[in-house]
Amino acid sequence: MPKMNLDHFEAAMLFALFTSVVMGVVTKQNDRDRLQYGIYVFCCFIVALFGIGWLMFLGHR
Amino acid sequence: MAKPKDTEAEKEARLPPPPIGVWAPPLLLGWLVPGGGHLLLRRTGRGLLLLVSITLMFLFGLMMRGAFFQPQTGDLLTTLINTGGFVGDLCSGLLYMLSVAFGYNQPDMAGAVHDYGSKFLVTAGLLNVLAMVDAYEIAAGRKN
Repeated sequence: MPKMNLDHFEAAMLFALFTSVVMGVVTKQNDRDRLQYGIYVFCCFIVALFGIGWLMFLGHR
Repeated sequence: MAKPKDTEAEKEARLPPPPIGVWAPPLLLGWLVPGGGHLLLRRTGRGLLLLVSITLMFLFGLMMRGAFFQPQTGDLLTTLINTGGFVGDLCSGLLYMLSVAFGYNQPDMAGAVHDYGSKFLVTAGLLNVLAMVDAYEIAAGRKN
C-alpha cells in the first residue's frame, strides 16, 4: 500500500467530499434533493474549514 | 376539542417492525460491503456511490497510515475514545477484516497525517453505519 502525505487542506477537502456524498445519498427521498443536500453539506464543510482556519490563525497572532 | 394530527414520526413509530428476514440480509451485506445493502435492494446508483465513497475514504486512511483503535478501558474518556473508535473501525466490515488479515498493524504515531488517517478509518465505518440504517429503512418500506 503506497504511503500518502496530504496537507491539512487536501485531507479536509477529501473528508468533506466523501462525507457529503454519503450524507446526500442517505438522507433525502429523491435524487434532486439528495444532490442539493450533498452540495449543501459540502459547502458547510468548506465554510467551517475556512472559518475555523481563520479563527485559529487570528487566535495565534 | 379536536385531537392534534399525528406527525410523520409518530405514525412511523407506531408501524409494526418488519420481519427480520426482510431487513437482516441487506443490513448484514451493507455491513460487510459498504453499499451492499443498497445493491441487494436494487438501488444500484446509490449503492455504487456509497461503495466508492466509503471504500475510498477507508483506503485513503490506510495510505495515510492511520492507526486502528484498540478497545481499552480506564477513565471514561479513554474508554469512550478507544472502544468507540474500535467499534467505528469494525463497522467498515470486510475492509477492516481484510486489512487486519493482511497484516496492517500501524502503531499510533504522532503527526497530522497519521491522525487524519485514523479519523478517515473511523469515519468510513461511521458512514457505513448511516448506509446500513438507510438500507434498513428501504427494506422496511419507509423510504424508496
